[in-house]
Order: sequence, then C-alpha cells, then structure tokens
Amino acid sequence: MRTIVKKTMAMMATLLAISILAFLAFQILPGDPTVAILGMNTSPERVAELRDTLGLNDPPPVRYGRWLSRFVTGDMGRSYSMNRPVAEQLAGKVQVTATLSAIAFVMVVLLSVPSGIFLARNEGGKADRVFLVLNQLLMSTPSVLIGLIFTYLFGLLLRVFTPGQFVHLSQNAGAYYAQMFFPALAIALPRSAMTIKLLRGSIASQMRQDYVRTAYSRGNSRAGALRRHVFRNAILPVVTFLALTMADIVAGSIIVEQVFVIPGIGRLLLSSISARDFPVVQAIIMMVAVLVVFVNYLADMINQLIDPRIRLG
Amino acid sequence: MKEHRRTLALILALFLIVGLAGCSGGNSGNQQQASEGTTAPTDERTVSLTPDERASKDQIVIGIAQDLDGSLDPHQMATAGTREVLFNLYEGLVKPANDGNLIPAVASEYTVSDSADTFTFTLREGIRFHSGREVTVGDVVYSLSRAAGLNGGEALIPEFALVESVEAPDDRTVVVRIKQPNLEFLASLTAGIIPEGYDGAEGIPPEGTGPFMFVSRSPQENIIIRRFDGYWGDKPGMALIELKIVEKSETMLMSMRSGAIDFAAHVNWDWMQQLGDDFYAEDTYMNLVQALYLNNAVPPLDNMRVRQALCHGVNRQEIMDILADGKGYALGSSIYPAFGKYFIPELTGYYDYNPEKAMALLADAGLADGFDLEITVPSNYTPHVDAATVVVSQLETIGVRASIKQVEWMSWYTETYSNRQYVSTIVGVDAATMTARAMLERFVSDRHNNFINFVNEEYDRVFAEAIAETDEARQTALYKRLETILTEQAANVYIQDLCDYIAIRSGIGGYLPYPLYIIDMAALRYTR
Repeated sequence: MRTIVKKTMAMMATLLAISILAFLAFQILPGDPTVAILGMNTSPERVAELRDTLGLNDPPPVRYGRWLSRFVTGDMGRSYSMNRPVAEQLAGKVQVTATLSAIAFVMVVLLSVPSGIFLARNEGGKADRVFLVLNQLLMSTPSVLIGLIFTYLFGLLLRVFTPGQFVHLSQNAGAYYAQMFFPALAIALPRSAMTIKLLRGSIASQMRQDYVRTAYSRGNSRAGALRRHVFRNAILPVVTFLALTMADIVAGSIIVEQVFVIPGIGRLLLSSISARDFPVVQAIIMMVAVLVVFVNYLADMINQLIDPRIRLG
Repeated sequence: MKEHRRTLALILALFLIVGLAGCSGGNSGNQQQASEGTTAPTDERTVSLTPDERASKDQIVIGIAQDLDGSLDPHQMATAGTREVLFNLYEGLVKPANDGNLIPAVASEYTVSDSADTFTFTLREGIRFHSGREVTVGDVVYSLSRAAGLNGGEALIPEFALVESVEAPDDRTVVVRIKQPNLEFLASLTAGIIPEGYDGAEGIPPEGTGPFMFVSRSPQENIIIRRFDGYWGDKPGMALIELKIVEKSETMLMSMRSGAIDFAAHVNWDWMQQLGDDFYAEDTYMNLVQALYLNNAVPPLDNMRVRQALCHGVNRQEIMDILADGKGYALGSSIYPAFGKYFIPELTGYYDYNPEKAMALLADAGLADGFDLEITVPSNYTPHVDAATVVVSQLETIGVRASIKQVEWMSWYTETYSNRQYVSTIVGVDAATMTARAMLERFVSDRHNNFINFVNEEYDRVFAEAIAETDEARQTALYKRLETILTEQAANVYIQDLCDYIAIRSGIGGYLPYPLYIIDMAALRYTR
C-alpha cells in the first residue's frame, strides 16, 4: 500500500513538472494566438480586445494556475483558435491515434520477440549476419521515408490502398482497421529493428552466464536452456525498452499521420503549436505524458512479476 | 512460473482492452461534432469514391495545404486560404467578379453619392439564406453593424472602422454612411451578409447566401460544402465539395495520382510533369507582391543608394527562369498587374539588372567592400525560400554577403513583421480587397503595419490627399504617384507576382482566374 501511494505521488509530481515545462516553453516561443485568429489584416485595437477576452494579459503564473485548477477537475478548456471545448476536438482524434499506436505496438512485439530469439539461437550464423545488416538498415531509416516508400510502392504502383483517403470507423470498420496496416508498419519497422537488436544482445549475454552452463550440464539442450532459463532474464530490459517504445510510437505517429493523411492527434498537435493554441497543445502533451508515465509504471510491475527479486519501491 | 505468465498475459490484455475501450468511448463526441449543422447523411462523404464515381455524382475533392480558420466567420477571416474558400459560402451587398470589378450580389443595385460618403443599396428580390429563409434588411443592417462594431466592441473588419451608420429606411433599402469620403469603401462591402443575431459563440459558421452551404467540418481533416439549390445566381456545377487538408506536399502529389484528390491550387511547376495525363494545369498569378523587403531604418539600408544598389543587383528574370520556367510577372513597385488602372508597367524597368552600377552605388555609399545582409524567410513558403537562395547568389556578384535565416511563420510574424526585428525578408504581400489603399497604406510613416519602417514626408502627404479624393481619375493619379515614390526611393527590392499553377483532373472544367486570392468553385463543372 505504501509503495503504491509513493509511486502515485511520484507520478503526479512528474506530470506536474511536465505541465510546467510545457507552459514555460510556450512563454519562450515567439508568437501569439491572436495572430492565428485575426490574421495580418487586423487592427491593433482588435488584437488588444481579443487578448483581453482570452485572458492573455494576465501574468503567466495566474494563467498557469487557472489552467491547472480547471484541468484537475477534468476541464481541458477551450481551444483559442477553434473556440470549442478541447475535449470535443480531441475525442475523435485520440481514437484514431490510439488505434494506430496500438497496432504499431502489437506489430513491434510480434516482429521483434520471435526474431530476437531466432537470431540469438543462431548467433553468428549466416541468417544472423544477413539479418543484422538488414536490421541495421531498418534501424536507421526514418518512419517518414518508409511511409513515403510504402505510399509509392503499395499505393501508387500496386494499388493496394489509395493514398490520401481515410475511412472512419463509423463508415466501415473493416476498412478503418485495414488502412492502418501500412502506417503502423512504417512506425513499427524501425522500432522493431531496435528491439530485435536489444533482445538478441540481451539473450546472447545471458547465454554466456554461469547458470546457463549449469543448465547445459543438467542435460538441457540450447533451445531448452533458452526457453526455461534464459528468456525470463533476457526479457527484463526488453520490457523496459518496450515501455519507452510506446512513447516513441506515439511520437512516430505524429509524423506518419501527415504522410498517410490520417486525422489523428499528431496533425492536430502540429497545427495547434503553429497557431499557439495553448489549451490544445497542453492537453495533448498531458495525455501523452500520462500514457508514458503509466506505461513505465506498468513495465516496472511486469518486470517484478517476471523476476520477483525486483522490488517496487 | 506458469502462473506468472498467465498474470502477465492478463495484465497485457486488460491494458489493451482499457486502452481500446477508452478510445472508442470518445468516439461518440466526434460523431456529434462531425455531423453538427448537417443534414447530409454519411454516405454523402466523398472519401472512398473513385474519380469516376465522383464524376457521376458531381462531386469533387479539393486538396488544401492548411486547415481553414477556426471560426469560419466571414467577418473574422484571418488567412488567405480561408478567404479563398469562404468566397463560395458568403456574399456581401456586392462581390468581386473575375474581371476585378464589383458586381451586385445581396443587393440588386446600388448608388454612391457624389460626396463618396453615402452608399445606398436595394435588396435583391427573393434572395435567401441557406436555410431557405429570405434575407431581410434587418439581416443586412445587423451584419454590417457587427462588422463595424457599432453595437459595442472594435470593428471586426478594420476597414469598417470608417462606418458611421447603417440604416434601413424601408424594407428594401439599406443606407451606409461613412465618416469621411472614400470611393474605395465599396470594395469593403463585399463583407458577408449573415442572419441577424449570429454571434459566433458556438463556433458554428453562420448561414450565408453564396452558391455553396456548409455541411460539416473535422479539424485537420476536411470541410464539406454542398450546392445551395436556392441560389439566386447560376447553378453551381458541383453538388458536393470536400476540401481535404493535406499538409505535406509529397502526400498531396501522391493523393492526386492515387485518385483521392481532383484539384489543388498553388502547386509547384515541376509537379505538373509528374502528374501526367490525368491532370492539366491552369496558370494564373498569385496576386501578391513578392519582394526582398528592406528594413529602411537599419544601416546600411537606411541609405537610399544602398537600397538602389540592391535593386540593380537582383536579376528578376533569372529568378523566374530558375524557379518557374520563366513564368511570373516582374514587378517594380507595390502594386501587381491585376490592379489594372493603378498598375504602372514601366516601373518594372526602373532598375535594370546592372551589377557594375550596383557596385558603383555601393562605392558611393562608402561600402566598396560590400556588407553583410541577413534575409529572414518564413520556412513554410517554398517560393520565398527558393527565391532567397537565388537572390543570395546574385548579391554575391555585387559584393553583398547575404545569408538566409529560415524561421517558423509565427516567429516571422511576431519578430519580423510586428516587432520589425530584422534586416531584410522575402515574402509576398497581398491585398484583402481590390483597393490600391490595401496595398499602399502600409507605407505611411506611422502606420501600425509599416513593417519596413518606410518614412517619406511626400508619401504621407500624397496618401492623405489620395484617400480623401472623391474624383476617381484624380485619385488614381495620386495612387500612381505613391507607387512611383516607392520605386524612386527603392523602398524594397521588388521581384515579381508569382505564377500560380492549379492542377485540375482532366474532365473537370470551368476554372475562372480571379485578380484576388479566390477559387470560384461555383464555376467548376464536369465536362461530359
């Protein structure tokens, strides 16, 4: 019980710190939301009037306090430029990005865990060496480029999908999930490559441990030792890494959404930053922050389950 | 150990379920938002149709590079991209025609008093809002009073600060009086007429009287508009238009090739080669003045000879040759050709490309060894970034060591445009209304948007005379004088009015170029 309270407090403190940093970043950035609303062809009087309406003339601590006090009660405020509740604006976008990220995450796990084990088992073999080169190549290819290649190859040449079209869940559920395949793969490939490399290295280093030699001496085959003893130890750093990957996938989707014209929070975030639409940006940052903090917490718990010697605290 | 594995699986499964459930929980809100203010069923969405299917239903998908303004309020349009689209939804008492003249719209006729301070309009018989309700003089008085801030607050449209009163002496007539004579004010009366009582509080766009009506909007995704069958003018050719937001230019290109998008304005010249036979290009002008704008208050640019040297040192034709296959209209002052009677073509040749002369002028100014020049460019505008690259290499010839500083648009607006913390910048300046004033007022010494810090006593005097002049011919002459002063003083290094390419899917015709930043969607139709 005490550890949970402590952990929760730490999580809250992290989130608070993130929200302050995001707020400060907005103070430093040049620019003003009134510009996005009124444009260039406006009068200084209108700008002053709007600044007053939006409460932008208050000192920063007052504005931050006002945002925080509303946010903790679940009120994310109103978008400056859209003049609508932020929650309403985010609702549909979150669903899209979450679906895309979840599929990409599953892909990372499905691609990397079997491949990592396979490579570790055949360490130094021909397959291992070929795979490693390929892996290195994928690791250093950005998702945007993979996305553009996919669009060109599968979209324009092979006509597997139509670049530039997006189907909503309410229109056609099957098409909605199917269209996520290539974008998710574009996000998942570089991350999988990194995960494979980590898992392979982790297994390989465990394989050289004394307890593995002991396992062999007890009559285990290489595969048997791997399955019964090594994997559990080797997976620990990978779980932590996958938790970090989760955050990375959300970040990756921001860019990939643009390439595939997917209406998710990534595109909203970018446009809100350029419009200096603080309430929207802050809400998105907080959502991602909550996710990252929570997933990390989850990873700690999972690691403890796998290896009871690790104690939460 | 098995137990642990099961627990692990359980936790992961729970996590996924919670995640997915949480996401779909938010879904209902989205549907509500997307369908707000619409009567169109979902199947009217154009998204998953092929170009042929769209053609058979008179539907078109137009790609736009950025989302429209948040409000879609015709009295509070911030960006040119929003003006371009809302032209099709809202009409003023008068509206711009594609020849640059104003034609009656919500009014069927109008008169301007000889003193140029009273404008009398007769409401068009039977004109209706998108809901089908007839427009009354009450709606007109409300709309114009709102734009002018007559019921409290500041004028929503800056030009309307001039309005003294808006009255309806009978139910067919509206009289607008302004505080000082102003012949050009009529151009401001293109401001949209909306229903009485609309206050924009809910963030839903108001009804208008234009050929298209609003159906739905999904931020950062699309805006859907539909033909208004009760429109007073010619029936639009398209029944439904989806304006799809595609920020990345590579993606826009691929979306056109894939059949997802039928029409895109402001595309690059080299795209047309890649689009092949499915598309054809219309070329027109962007209707703006692209220039190397100079901060006239910063040394050495405060010296006229230095500015003139820069004018002689930039080769406009070469810029157009390199970047647009020679297309574009070289300019010599702050008025572009679409302004017709105000435009002085001769000013283009006032400073010829002459590096020797440029270097002599620099030597005269005591800068025989040249100087360093920083050019700030908003990074999202490719034509300006590209032009800057060419300008840098050209200026090298006359010994000016120029460098490019790319900034985000918002930083450009705040630091460069508003706070005037810059040396020089390449951008395009356009006009919200077809008035010479819209282009020339910014160079008055104490004007809030005089971002080049231009100070010229004669300019200020002539400008005051020009706006007060009630004789059109004399006023035109005065504006031309202003234009000439800008050239003589080498206020800026004028470059060109950019060539604008519009890519249109074969089978769609009717595109009409305008002297303003507008797409007349009512003119588009399938040619069968």
